[in-house]
Amino acid sequence: MSTTRTAWSTASRGAPSRFDLIALVLVIGLLAFLAAASKGVLAPITSLDASPVSLNPWMLPSYVARTTLRMLAGLSLSLLFTFTYATWAAKSPRAGRILIPVLDVLQSVPILGFISVTAVFFMSLAPGRVLGAEFASIFAIFTSQAWNMAFSFYQSLRTVPVELTEAARSFRLSGWSRFWRLEVPFGMPPLVWNMMMSMSGGWFFVVASEAISVGPTTVTLPGIGAYIDLAIRQKDLHAVGYAIVAMLAVILVYDQLLFRPLVAWSDRFRFESEPGTQQPNSWVLDALAGSRMIARFLRRLRGFGRMLGAAVRVAPGVMSADAASNADKLDRAATGIVAALLGLAIWQAVRFLAPELGWHDIASTAGLGAITALRVFILIALASLIWVPVGIYVGLRPQVARVIQPIAQFLAAFPANLLFPVVVASIVTLKLNANIWLSPLMILGTQWYILFNVIAGASAMPGELRHVSNNFHVNGWLWWKKVALPTVMPFYVTGAITASGGSWNAAIVAEVASWGDEHLSATGLGSYIANATSEGDFHHIVLGVVTMSLYVLLINRLLWRPLYYYAERKFRFE
Amino acid sequence: MNANLKMNADTQVLLDVVHARKSFTKGDGGELLVLEDVNLRVNPGEVVGLLGRSGSGKSTLLRLIAGLSQPSGGVVNYLGTPVTGPAEGISMVFQSFALFPWLTVYENVALGLEAMHVARDEIRRRALAAIDLIGLDGFESAYPRELSGGMRQRVGFARALVVHPNILLMDEPFSALDVLTAETLRTDFLELWSDGRMPIKGVILVTHNIEEAVQMCDRILVFATNPGRIVSEIQVTIPRPRDRNDPAFAALVEQIYVEMTAKKGRTAARITPASGSGIDMILPRVSSNILSGLLETVAAPPFSGRADLPEIASELTLEIDELFPAAETLQMLRFAEVEGGDMQLLPEGIAFADAEVDERKRLFARHLLAYVPLASHVRRVLDERSTHAAPSSRFLDELEDHMSPEVAEDTLRAVVSWARYAEIFAYDDETGQFSLENPT
Repeated sequence: MSTTRTAWSTASRGAPSRFDLIALVLVIGLLAFLAAASKGVLAPITSLDASPVSLNPWMLPSYVARTTLRMLAGLSLSLLFTFTYATWAAKSPRAGRILIPVLDVLQSVPILGFISVTAVFFMSLAPGRVLGAEFASIFAIFTSQAWNMAFSFYQSLRTVPVELTEAARSFRLSGWSRFWRLEVPFGMPPLVWNMMMSMSGGWFFVVASEAISVGPTTVTLPGIGAYIDLAIRQKDLHAVGYAIVAMLAVILVYDQLLFRPLVAWSDRFRFESEPGTQQPNSWVLDALAGSRMIARFLRRLRGFGRMLGAAVRVAPGVMSADAASNADKLDRAATGIVAALLGLAIWQAVRFLAPELGWHDIASTAGLGAITALRVFILIALASLIWVPVGIYVGLRPQVARVIQPIAQFLAAFPANLLFPVVVASIVTLKLNANIWLSPLMILGTQWYILFNVIAGASAMPGELRHVSNNFHVNGWLWWKKVALPTVMPFYVTGAITASGGSWNAAIVAEVASWGDEHLSATGLGSYIANATSEGDFHHIVLGVVTMSLYVLLINRLLWRPLYYYAERKFRFE
Repeated sequence: MNANLKMNADTQVLLDVVHARKSFTKGDGGELLVLEDVNLRVNPGEVVGLLGRSGSGKSTLLRLIAGLSQPSGGVVNYLGTPVTGPAEGISMVFQSFALFPWLTVYENVALGLEAMHVARDEIRRRALAAIDLIGLDGFESAYPRELSGGMRQRVGFARALVVHPNILLMDEPFSALDVLTAETLRTDFLELWSDGRMPIKGVILVTHNIEEAVQMCDRILVFATNPGRIVSEIQVTIPRPRDRNDPAFAALVEQIYVEMTAKKGRTAARITPASGSGIDMILPRVSSNILSGLLETVAAPPFSGRADLPEIASELTLEIDELFPAAETLQMLRFAEVEGGDMQLLPEGIAFADAEVDERKRLFARHLLAYVPLASHVRRVLDERSTHAAPSSRFLDELEDHMSPEVAEDTLRAVVSWARYAEIFAYDDETGQFSLENPT
């Protein structure tokens, strides 16, 4: 009689295997890393002034560790947020009507906006300690990661196949185990993909998230972002070089130790795998899966999960009519509270802004927004002209795609600040117009989403369609117009939406650039917010942030969303 | 209490559905009735079939019994207790298998037991026994995507049986399989059932396949549409194992065809314009290809104008889900008469079958405008407007006064596809515009 074997329990009995050894190294390394990186978090805030960030390259590893820890904390919080917020929005249509538009707005608020507005609050949580500033920084990272993850999970929850839900219900799985056995696994592959995108976003804003402005003063947290910032202010090219190498290393390590295993692991939750696609693999996952030690640990973890499940089951019961009506009451109340908070926030913002700002301010910010909007559109158009043909070319050649994908992924996470030396120096020496030549920085990290998506679209082109066009000798412009472009259209629109939203966000770090004491600024909403932030001018920060959110929201509603539905309807293969 | 229930299950009525009805609220606040006053009783040792075409409410009824949805009126009693949610002792096999793709065969089967908090050793013992019983030995560690459709459905059966249900609900369990695989699975299932090797007391089978119902069931309840309801009950007394070539088998299949096409009174009433313009008629989406194919087949020898529906079904390998709507459409268009399980072509039907393409289109257009009020309505609106164009929402709104949005959409789509064939008006899906122009 054969026995069941899952990937986690293939370890044979007996002596520790070489997998155990690798797993052991990984686990001990992780613990040591956590201990080292969290040192100093609890120190008083004055310790930051006592030992300011230095450009000594030997300090870089510890800075990288601190930053990485913040990123991990942000990612964990984002996951927690995703599992609660998105689940609530998907399970309760009443709450969803409020929560989803709120998420839409949150997504359009520039990341820097959150930091300057919430810093005081977070600092007050741990007065006089570095921890407070860490909270603020982690929250900033959280805001750069959470929204798209929540959206992705919400979408997954809404599209769980009806028959699977019915099967789970008819076999009387409790709500808790339905969530973990059905809904989370189903949503896992897109969620992992979004986590990767989120992480890239986090790295892109690493400089901004480590400089916490509280009023006129700025707290600089030790980390690679602060290191880059200092290197730029001191015009230290060597230090910029070290930072680039460190970024490269850390993104690589993240990819190998975290994301690749996650992608390989989540592949088994893919609902239907297209034939011929290569299954992702990861040596880390193999090592962990092969280790007996890890297997035992996971069994414990599962036992704990069952206990937790049992505890949860006792609480809301097996949904008797009574419990259901209680849950409904709770949902009603919670939804009411969210709605009230929302109203309060809007009222507060208006009350805060109204006495200080006139129509003139509003009109001029709106004008600046229009300039930034124009920039974003032109940049997206230019990036599309370049990356759509490249993406189609690459996507149709799987060997090339395998090389290009990781490179593009790295470039998406590359902080714009690291290019400041080159850009600022060229603009100054060649006497170029900063309004034009600073713009490319906006799309530096975001153009890759166009490339990613177009590659994905082109590689999904059905083989038969390619054969047909070969058969009828559809070549040249006709092939592009009738075959290639329509095929990648829905994918391209998805990529362009991401790129556009990201570019608005990036405007805040890209419309102002400095190198030593050379400060360049392009006219636009991004530089308006950035300047207001460095001056600690709250009224103008809030006005700028609100204006930018409105622009992003309106452009999404009026342009991208209709375009997306059109492309989905007309060009998607069924 | 559990033991008590199990003991009672041997003698007591397993399931008693009393005056069950199910309706949904429409967008305008009105009520859409999908299941009307259903009474059904299942005794221990019985296989009961629910036979009807799609939209007859048989799957809705199965979901009421499974506790997946609640009746709008009446009650479903399982062993004397009303069903208010998924009940222990009732389990279900799904048409699309509904396996969890990330769980192995073993894990899929064990899932139901885990939800019941059975001890771990017991889970293992019972899961392996169920896998063994259903013929999946050796596939325990396979993932569903590695299995063929037939093997997947076996997992579906093992998963349903492992919880030792009293009643097994089957929702068209063989209809997603190819003919040969379906037949193997049916015979395997019947063998286990006849030998009493499965831990179940009664079976309810939803199907739209008449032969399958006759082969498997002790009793067949025939459903009709609009609203879904039971129209007749047929006892199957042919001894098991049943042979499809047995004359008694064929006679019963024929009898059911007659039953299912006999309620002419109601069907005709639905098809003749009754109220006002008559555009409230629900139209099935039947391709003009099927219509002309059916007309040609019946017109040609050996049928020569009159055919037995079971014979056409097997000749054209059409399920009743396709055949009945097609036959009714031909009847509505006055190309044929359907009665007593037979289809008789009218002179225009024969003329259509003999004609060339253009003549066919002219004939079809004439009948479409004459006998389908919605088609003539759309055409009239387009003729009256100076632009000769109208948005689809104009007609959908009208239809939704009488039917649910989905049915309205389907009805309009049916008219669009016939009108395109007849070239009486055009429709642009991208803009949602009806017009009289021919596409350039």
